[in-house]
Amino acid sequence: MQTLRKLTPAFKRVLEAFGLVMAVVILNFLLIQMAPGDPVEVIVGEMGGASEELIAQLRQQYGLDQPVLHQLGIYLGKVLTGDLGYSYYFNTPVLDLLLQRVPATVLLCLSALFVAVLVGTFAGAFSARKPDGAGSHIVTVISLVGYSAPVFWIGMMLLILFASVWPIFPVAGMQSLRKPSGFAYYLDILHHLVLPTITLAMIYIAYYSRLARTSMIEVLGQDYIRTARAKGLPENKVIWKHALRNGLIPIVTMVGLQFGQLFAGAVLVETVFNWPGLGRLAYESILRRDYPTLLGILLFSAVLVMIANLLTDIAYRRIDPRMRKART
Amino acid sequence: MKHWKSLLAATCMAALSAGSAMAEGSVVIGSTGVPRHFNGAIQSGIFTFMPSSNIYASPLRYSDSWEPEPYVAESWETSEDGLTVTLKLRDDVTFHDGEPLTSADVKFSIETIKANHPFKTMLAPVASVDTPDDTTVVIHLDHPHPALLLAMSPVLMPILPEHVYGPENGDIQQNPANLKPIGAGPFKLEEYKQGEYYKMVKNEDFFIEGKPILDEVYVQIFPDTNSLMLALERGDLDMVPFVSSPRELKRLSGNSDLVVDSDLGQAIGPINWLAYNTRKAPLDDVRVRKAINYAIDRDFILKALLQGQAPVAPGPIVPGSPLANAGVENYDLDLDKANALLDEAGLAPGADGLRFTITADTTAANEEMGRNVLEYMKSQLRKVGIGVELRIAPDFPTWAGRISSHDFDVTMDQVFNWGDPVIGVNRTYMSSNIREGVIWSNTQQYSNAKVDELLEKAALETDQEKRKALYDEFQEIVVDESPIYFINVIPYATVYKKGLAGVPDGIWGAVSPMDDLHWAE
Repeated sequence: MQTLRKLTPAFKRVLEAFGLVMAVVILNFLLIQMAPGDPVEVIVGEMGGASEELIAQLRQQYGLDQPVLHQLGIYLGKVLTGDLGYSYYFNTPVLDLLLQRVPATVLLCLSALFVAVLVGTFAGAFSARKPDGAGSHIVTVISLVGYSAPVFWIGMMLLILFASVWPIFPVAGMQSLRKPSGFAYYLDILHHLVLPTITLAMIYIAYYSRLARTSMIEVLGQDYIRTARAKGLPENKVIWKHALRNGLIPIVTMVGLQFGQLFAGAVLVETVFNWPGLGRLAYESILRRDYPTLLGILLFSAVLVMIANLLTDIAYRRIDPRMRKART
Repeated sequence: MKHWKSLLAATCMAALSAGSAMAEGSVVIGSTGVPRHFNGAIQSGIFTFMPSSNIYASPLRYSDSWEPEPYVAESWETSEDGLTVTLKLRDDVTFHDGEPLTSADVKFSIETIKANHPFKTMLAPVASVDTPDDTTVVIHLDHPHPALLLAMSPVLMPILPEHVYGPENGDIQQNPANLKPIGAGPFKLEEYKQGEYYKMVKNEDFFIEGKPILDEVYVQIFPDTNSLMLALERGDLDMVPFVSSPRELKRLSGNSDLVVDSDLGQAIGPINWLAYNTRKAPLDDVRVRKAINYAIDRDFILKALLQGQAPVAPGPIVPGSPLANAGVENYDLDLDKANALLDEAGLAPGADGLRFTITADTTAANEEMGRNVLEYMKSQLRKVGIGVELRIAPDFPTWAGRISSHDFDVTMDQVFNWGDPVIGVNRTYMSSNIREGVIWSNTQQYSNAKVDELLEKAALETDQEKRKALYDEFQEIVVDESPIYFINVIPYATVYKKGLAGVPDGIWGAVSPMDDLHWAE
């Protein structure tokens, strides 16, 4: 009985998630169909033209000559068996293509998230100590700039500054073409990772520092903080140990909620920095109307966002003891 | 803290060593395009052609004076009546997998290209291919086909090994060897990271002694031209082919570390033009089209908008071709003439001062040779009472959909000559090639029986002088009737580091074998 009660909500969640994923797939499929032009036009365009026969042959080969609902049915059937189809443009099964690209995106997103949370939280907490101090204002201004500037613009500016004017970082890609071996191989990747990570992290640093600042100011006004101070605890301990723990809750929520957005930002950052991840693949497949690849990426990111939300729930419970008792 | 410092130091070291790692035997090429695959026998486009010309060998290659030269074929002979072409092949050519290249492979390749290549007219007259022995290929034609020799260039006729691409290995479009190609060319494909880079290495058994010179060629793909240019300027890339932006070319030519070579690839022959929908009123009236031509100052476009970096295209055949006619109507700016022609066509200005309004198409990506030209045209045509509304498609498929379904008034377009007019020019003007839904067919819907006749005759004419005369007349008519207003040749320059020698510079430019590419001492 005990296990059943534990299982049922979990099962319900999985079922919900599954329904949601299917809805995402169907909506995406129909949405993409509404875009003008189709992949055959792109393929033919890059070929420099083709005959009607070849065009008809390509349409037939990719099943584009079938009615849309029929295509959707076939696609759903395939997705349910784990087959994401075949990329028209890259001439490869979509799943292979995605698996090739996932590690780069995960690396970039996690590094950016890590940097953003770390820097953002500390900057926010720091400025909350003296909300009207000069330091606080500087943090606010930098946050605002980071938040308002378009991410690709930041990327290009960083490129110009740190890859051209002062060429200490590489322009593009995830690794040098003439690959070093051993430990240097990882350093090489790290070296390539710096600029894209900063770019992607920039907006979120702004988010998190604003969030941490507000939340910390609120927390610092509460009774238990006054108690802690009254006990004679050093200010640093009060802030970093007592207040920050509670101040973190909204940040953790945001991290989860924004994971999808982080991925969206990655599309631009990856394109600017030529980062061989899913985001760039998404950009390229949109331009080329590579439906199967694009659908595969959208499906993947939908699942990713759901997992992120689930993890947020779990993290919540760890930070806030009250949530551990509550039942979803 | 200590770890952090050593990490930083090591990173800097890596950065420094990466910068100086200009290995003697290798070249890094930057490109904006992703090849769908590497098999140029069934896929066209410069991004496939560049690797394909290096991985596969072909019967002939071309000098920069449009003369055929031996490659896999030691000699070739066209019969008196022009109906048979006989190739004598070298007997020492092997594919990358060690198998010998024989006449059977050439026959198979010709048949495969004829059946699959998008350029249908290229081998259409080939009736049959005989292989009396391992080194002799006899091509029988339905009618004389002077374009055939040019069609045997590396870019257009890669010789495929039949044992890899033959029908026993399934549908050639899906053959995995399209992505893991086997050819007999100077380089072998070693690695391809989809959409990221590919690496070609020296074919040690290449049939030309001492070639290729380089050990490794990397091609790195940049979806964003800004970062491509940045990488080139800071020296990460050794060579970038197909640089066409006048703005970039102007800037790069001021860079003392780089060489900008624009006089390349005349055979590719890319022309930027303004196309009219000749079946849509009032553009169906030749006077209206001419009036628009006279109202546009092409010199201004070339000198100011394109910054003098792009040569003029007087007509349908690029000036670099031996078949070009330089004596066609030039349409020098003449607003009075334009107004007179419009009045004559009975198009009086309305209350708003406009005679009529047309839409003008281009794509968002085509800024310098598309949108800028149209913006200029808009202000210019206003002077003769023609309103212009720009319709900028967000991406290529949107634009191609509109144009190929003939849903347009005028559009900027870029179309390639591909060597011989039979391959890349006829398709735009033949009335038999008005095909709805096919981009780069005769989307202007231009139809003139005389033009059809001239092009059909010229396709068969083996006498070079007579052939040129036929094309001369064709060019005069087409420029005069103006289904298209020709603007400029797209300057497909190759930009490379000083010290790099043997950069492919024949008529096919960067889509040629790079067997002579090397670092000078």
